[in-house]
Amino acid sequence: MSTHTEHQAHSGPEPLDVNDPRLSRFDIVQEGARRDDIEIVHYEAQVVPGSKAERRLTRTVAMMFLLTGVLATAFLAIYIWWPWQWEAGRGGDKLYTPLLGLTLGLALLGIGFGILTWGKKLLPKEVSIQDRHDQPSSPDDRKITGETMRYLADELGVKRRPLLGISVLAGLAPVGAVAAAPLIGGLIEQPHKNNQMFTTGFQPAEGGKKIRLIREDGRPIRPADVSVGGQLTVFPGIEGGVSNKHADSPTLLIHLREDDAQKSRAANERKGHGDYMWGNYVAFSKICTHAGCPASLYEQQTNRLLCPCHQSQFLITDNAKPIFGPANRPLPQLPIEVDEEGFFVAKSDYTETIGPDFWERP
Amino acid sequence: MKRRKFDRAALPAKTAGAVDDRFQVATPLRKLLNKVFPDHWSFLLGEIALFSFVVLLLTGVFLTFFYEPAMTEVTYDGSYAPLRGTPMSAAYASSLDISFDVRGGLIMRQMHHWAALLFMAAIVVHMLRVFFTGAFRKPRETNWIIGSLLFWVGFLAGFTGYSLPDDGLSGTGLRIASGIILSIPVIGSWVSSSIFGGEFPGTIIISRFFIAHVLLIPGLLVALISVHLGLVFKQKHTQWPGPGRTNENVVGERMFPRYALKQGGFFMVVFGVIALMGGLFQINPIWYFGPYEAWVVSAASQPDWYVMFLDGSTRLMPGWEISIPIGDGYVIPPLFWPTVVLPGILVGLSTMYPFLEARRLKDYRHHNLLQRPRDVPARTAVGAMAVAFYIVLTLSGGNDVIADKFHISLNAMTWAGRIGLLVVPPLAYYVTYRICLGLQQHDREVLAHGVETGIIKRLPDGRFVEVHQPLTSADGHDGHAPALDYVGWVVPKKMNRLGALGPAIRGFFYPIEKPAEAPVSPGHPPVEPRPEREEISSGESRR
Repeated sequence: MSTHTEHQAHSGPEPLDVNDPRLSRFDIVQEGARRDDIEIVHYEAQVVPGSKAERRLTRTVAMMFLLTGVLATAFLAIYIWWPWQWEAGRGGDKLYTPLLGLTLGLALLGIGFGILTWGKKLLPKEVSIQDRHDQPSSPDDRKITGETMRYLADELGVKRRPLLGISVLAGLAPVGAVAAAPLIGGLIEQPHKNNQMFTTGFQPAEGGKKIRLIREDGRPIRPADVSVGGQLTVFPGIEGGVSNKHADSPTLLIHLREDDAQKSRAANERKGHGDYMWGNYVAFSKICTHAGCPASLYEQQTNRLLCPCHQSQFLITDNAKPIFGPANRPLPQLPIEVDEEGFFVAKSDYTETIGPDFWERP
Repeated sequence: MKRRKFDRAALPAKTAGAVDDRFQVATPLRKLLNKVFPDHWSFLLGEIALFSFVVLLLTGVFLTFFYEPAMTEVTYDGSYAPLRGTPMSAAYASSLDISFDVRGGLIMRQMHHWAALLFMAAIVVHMLRVFFTGAFRKPRETNWIIGSLLFWVGFLAGFTGYSLPDDGLSGTGLRIASGIILSIPVIGSWVSSSIFGGEFPGTIIISRFFIAHVLLIPGLLVALISVHLGLVFKQKHTQWPGPGRTNENVVGERMFPRYALKQGGFFMVVFGVIALMGGLFQINPIWYFGPYEAWVVSAASQPDWYVMFLDGSTRLMPGWEISIPIGDGYVIPPLFWPTVVLPGILVGLSTMYPFLEARRLKDYRHHNLLQRPRDVPARTAVGAMAVAFYIVLTLSGGNDVIADKFHISLNAMTWAGRIGLLVVPPLAYYVTYRICLGLQQHDREVLAHGVETGIIKRLPDGRFVEVHQPLTSADGHDGHAPALDYVGWVVPKKMNRLGALGPAIRGFFYPIEKPAEAPVSPGHPPVEPRPEREEISSGESRR
């Protein structure tokens, strides 16, 4: 074949008469391409009609389509008759989805490779060359379009009648705002309603009793319930305290060992939180001050609390100060004591802001 | 009355004529059928994204029939026994129902998730192809910008999508998202409470994410994808340099029949692979995570892969807080920089890159021919630097898992990421630049001296030299072949590329045809049949 790229379309002969009965169908196709500035420079059958190779490829393609038929039928059969409902153990239902995927996937691959083989192997190979025509519009056209636009502006006459321009702007700008107003106005929500960002479920109701610490199942906690070195996630003993309604309230109650408790108490005193602990018990917010994940991996030996989301580490014996990772603020401490019935209560709400930082956190 | 005979053979022509009478389609259809597309495997990467998107739409519509976008608390009563009796949101319960109580629901859910992962992966790889080959240059800057926007819109689609099941893992992701929004200076708490309808988590966010995920974002994606494809169609695809290929033409195949058939086949293959993955590989097993509870999280909580680089940047950021001592005092939390500022910079840099490069090179011409990455070392090195940056961040997004599996200290992994983020990208730049220059030089060497044959010749004076096969016949001065010009395309570097060795014999178990003659391919002159092989001996005769 030749690789020359000159086009006969421009310099070549006159357009063919496509009604000429002597033309073959391909001649007409080629003429059509030429009229679109496409030259089919190479068009070569890949298989000789009637050859062994052609028969073989035809069989291969047909086989793939038939395989698809078989697999798709298998998919339907499995979909209908295979036991599909979940049961404990290693039943056949565990194979339901894999079998569906296998039959569906292979069926689709059968069509795909069938079509690909058909297209790539049985159809003639070709090289066609088309002009890009990506030059800009002609200078005349540019001029005409530009002048037409200016003419439009002239006709509107905003320059001569400035009042129209001003009144359009002044009159229509509020219409744009009208479109935006319901959306913004409907969505906007005052973040500091009820001082919600600075309070948690441990905030006692107006003149109410101190809030108890409870477990996930709602039972209150006695000091003896947490063994030395142990820890427990606790919640405010109010309605919905153990739910996402009070997502800022989960707290970690830790029973420190004697020497750690002394360190912790000393650190508390340095910070002016001298009475926050009760005995060797200490309670810190579980909500990470970095991005709000629960900082819940407690390493008993080192007294470090690790947040598994971004690996901030807090040293419990030093006011839960961040000692590694992206957090910059200690976990807030909950002042606790034991009420007359012997259950843990929060002396007051947290005295620092819970959760991730924000602009106006004082 | 005589009934007119129904001429079946003329029916298609008659119908076509009737259609053209009314809509005048023959001329535009001729142009469409004739449109020429250049072909190269790397041009199919974007197609994978497109086809995954089609699968996403199909499976996504199915899922909406069963999903309930509500956070009302219900008690689970489905087939999955371990969670029976657990209080959870209606959204999570309906996601469990899709997985266990809708026949074939699980494969649809998993196909949807895999297709989403593939969609994002294909976008990234396609973007790399476009970048490294310079396909973004004038006149295609607009399409590059639309493409980068598609990544970010796809990112949002993915995030809103995997938040919908409202399971333990995705709820944690939402919690972090609310923290990120809160970190924006001045307006953070207002934006957060407006989006969540109050304090996190509220009861409205899932319904809002749902409408965003099934209407707003897909609508935007469809619009952007349509413009993206329309522009490719209008501006015509770029092509690699090669014989007969110029900046002013397109060399390839007409759209019909072969090109379109191949596209159709490729779509079915992509669809099939997604179906296989959806059936065979478990993804996002929400029933193990439990419902979202603000106080529960587990180690190895990773987002989908395309979000991991942001998770990584968040982990690597030191806890530097900026305090502004005015009034009660204000803060800019450290979370703000890696999750809001960094993506902002990335969007800006990537969308502006075509203009930055054109400005630096003072190159404002049209470019329809692609460049081999080695021929533009500076751009390739910048790309390698960006990839290195991205990889360090993505690996850091899973640094707790790496630390756990390889028994490395977690803090060491964080520090390795922090240092690596500063050191690896420049290193990647330097190494890539040198490799590009080396490859360029080798191309020129082959053009000037020919292909290495591996035949060592001993000269009369005792020196050994390797015989090179020149790429042209020897008709230059002093008997040497003339040096050839580099044309921006692959230089043959092996003898069989020159056709000097016959191609491999076809057939899997037995040869299906006679060993072919050395091929005659476009652009290469026919090569003489190879001579009988001469025995390479030590020079002594063996008689």
